[in-house]
Amino acid sequence: MTAVAEQGLRETAFQRFLELGFPTTHDEDWRFTNVAPIARMGDRLRFSPLAKNGCLSPGFPPEAQQYLGKYAPFQNHAFVALNTALFRDVTYIHIPRGQIVGEPIQIRYDSPSEISHPRTLIVVGPDAHCTIVETYSGTGSYFTNAVTEIVAGSGSVVDHYKVQLESSSAFHVGVMFASLGRSANFSATSISLGGALVRNEVSVTLSEGTDATLNGLYLVNGAQHVDNHTSIEHAKPHGTSHELYKGILDGRASAVFNGRIIVRQDAQKTDSKQTNKNLVLSDEAVINTKPELQIFADDVRCTHGATIGQLDAESMFYLQSRGIGKQDARSLLTYAFAQDIIDRIKVQSLKDSLERVLFEKFHEHDR
Amino acid sequence: MALLEIKDLHATVGDREILKGISLTVNSGEVHAIMGPNGSGKSTLAQVLAGRELYVVTGGQVIYDGKDLLAMLPEDRAREGIFLAFQYPVEIPGVSNMYFLKAALNAIRKHRGLEELDAMDFLSLVKDRMKLLEMDQVLLNRAVNAGFSGGEKKRNEIFQMAVLEPRLAILDETDSGLDIDALRTVAGGVNALRSPERAMIVVTHYQRLLNYIVPDYVHVLAEGRIVKSGGKELALELEESGYAGLGIVDEEEAVAKL
Repeated sequence: MTAVAEQGLRETAFQRFLELGFPTTHDEDWRFTNVAPIARMGDRLRFSPLAKNGCLSPGFPPEAQQYLGKYAPFQNHAFVALNTALFRDVTYIHIPRGQIVGEPIQIRYDSPSEISHPRTLIVVGPDAHCTIVETYSGTGSYFTNAVTEIVAGSGSVVDHYKVQLESSSAFHVGVMFASLGRSANFSATSISLGGALVRNEVSVTLSEGTDATLNGLYLVNGAQHVDNHTSIEHAKPHGTSHELYKGILDGRASAVFNGRIIVRQDAQKTDSKQTNKNLVLSDEAVINTKPELQIFADDVRCTHGATIGQLDAESMFYLQSRGIGKQDARSLLTYAFAQDIIDRIKVQSLKDSLERVLFEKFHEHDR
Repeated sequence: MALLEIKDLHATVGDREILKGISLTVNSGEVHAIMGPNGSGKSTLAQVLAGRELYVVTGGQVIYDGKDLLAMLPEDRAREGIFLAFQYPVEIPGVSNMYFLKAALNAIRKHRGLEELDAMDFLSLVKDRMKLLEMDQVLLNRAVNAGFSGGEKKRNEIFQMAVLEPRLAILDETDSGLDIDALRTVAGGVNALRSPERAMIVVTHYQRLLNYIVPDYVHVLAEGRIVKSGGKELALELEESGYAGLGIVDEEEAVAKL
C-alpha cells in the first residue's frame, strides 16, 4: 500500500465515521447496547485524522496491502471506520500455502493508552494450518477499539481464539471478519470475561464446503454489559456451521446474544445449527437473546435454539445431600455449565489458564 | 440413646399433607425397612430426613444423635453422617464423578476434624470401594450419573455411600430398575456396609429387596402414617397377602387387577 493509497483509505474511513457518528439504541444492531459512555469519551478526546502520508512503515509487506481493509467493511460500522482511520500499526500474520504451524501464535494487546485501535490481519494460504490466540487486557479506564481481518485460503485449517480480559472499568469493541475459502475448516472461540461495556462481533463468510464453528462464553457480574453479535453468511453450497454461545450472568449485569445466519440463494445444502444458553444466577441480571435467520435457498437445514435458566434445584440438593456446601455446590454447577465450551478449547495452556480464572471467578462470587 | 428419633412428624408439599404423624426410633446397628404402596409417603419421609426444601415440615420433631435434625442444612446433615441413596439419582453433566466425590468426602472429613485426603489416598480408597460394587472404573471419570444406565446409577449411589461411610443410610427404592444380578451386587454392597455403628432405613415397595437385605424391623406406611410394625416376618406376610391383606389400597395393585 502506497502512502497515498493508505491516506486515501484513512480519509474515506474518517469521513465515514464523522457521517455515521456513534450508534445509538435506535439502531437495530445496537438496541440493547448503549455506547453513550464511549461517545462521551470520544467527544472529550476529539478524534482527528492522522497526519498526512500515512503511518504504516515502508516495510509493510506489499502482498499484505491487497488485503488490508478489504474484509472489514466500514460503510455501516462507525467503530470499524474509526479503527481504519486511526490504527497505528497492523499485526500482520501470514502463513504460506501448505505450511503447518503447530504451536499457537499468541497476540497480546495490553491497552497502551486511554484509547487504542488494535488492528490485526491474518492471511492463511491454501492448505495451511494455524492456531491464533488474541488476548486483550489492560488496567484502569480506557477504550479498546479492535478490528481483526482473517482470510483463510481453500483447504486451510484455522482455529482462532479471542480472550477478552479487559479491566473492570474498560470499554471494548472488537470486530472480527473472516473470509473463508473453499473446504476451509475454521473455528472462532470468543471468551469474554472482563470489561465494563463490551461488544464482541464475529462475522464469517463461508464458501463451498466450508466448515465453520463459532463458540463463545461470556461471564458477567456486577454492572458489566457484554454484547455478542455474530453473523454467519453461507454464500456457497454445502457449507456447515455450528454455533454454541453460553452465558453466565450474575449481579446487575446484562448481556446480549444476537446470532445472524444468512443463507444466500446459491448456498444449497447448507447445514447450520445455532445454540445460545444462558445461566442467570441473580434476579437482577438481564439477558437479551435473538436469532436472526435470513434464508434465501430452499434446500437447507438451519436450526436454532436459546435457553435461559437458573441453577437446577434437584442438582443443588443432590450435591448438598453429599455434604457439599451451598456456595460450593453453586460454583460447581456454574463451572459445569461452562465446561463444554472449555472442553472444546484445543490449546492446552489456554484451557488451563481459563480453568484457573473461572475457578477464581466463581469463588469470588461466593464471598 | 437412639441414633434417630422421629416424633409425630407432619410434612406437606404445596397444600397437600403427605406425612400425617410419623413416629419411629432407630438405634445404631439396626436396619429398618419401610414398606408401603405408592403415594404412602415413603419417599417423602426419606427426602425430609435428608433436608429437601420442597417439603415443608408442619409438625413434630426429629432428633438425630441428640441434635435437632430439622434445623440443619442438607449439607450439615450429610456432614453429621446422614446419607440418602436417591430413588432417582440426578445427572450432573460437566462435573466428574471423581471430583464430586472427593469434594464431598473432604467436606465431611473437614467437618469431623479429619485431614483432607490427597489425590493418591483418595484414589486408593475409591478403588477399594469400587470392588465392593463391581463398578467399572471408567465411570469415575465420567460426569456424575450422566448417561449412566438405571443400574449404574443405583450402584453409584451405594458406591458413594461406601466412600462417605455414613452413620445413618437411607435407601430410597434402591431396588427399582435393577435386574436380579444387579440387585444381588447392590445388596451385597449394602450388606458389607452393615455395622454396629451404622443404622439403615430401607425404603421399598416390594419385598424382593428384603430377601437380600434382611431387616431387623419392618414398618408399613399408608397414607402418611405407620400402620403396622413388626419383625422381618412382616415383609413375608405382606408378600403373601399384599397390602390389601392389611386393608390398604395399593393403587398399583388395584390397577394391575383391572
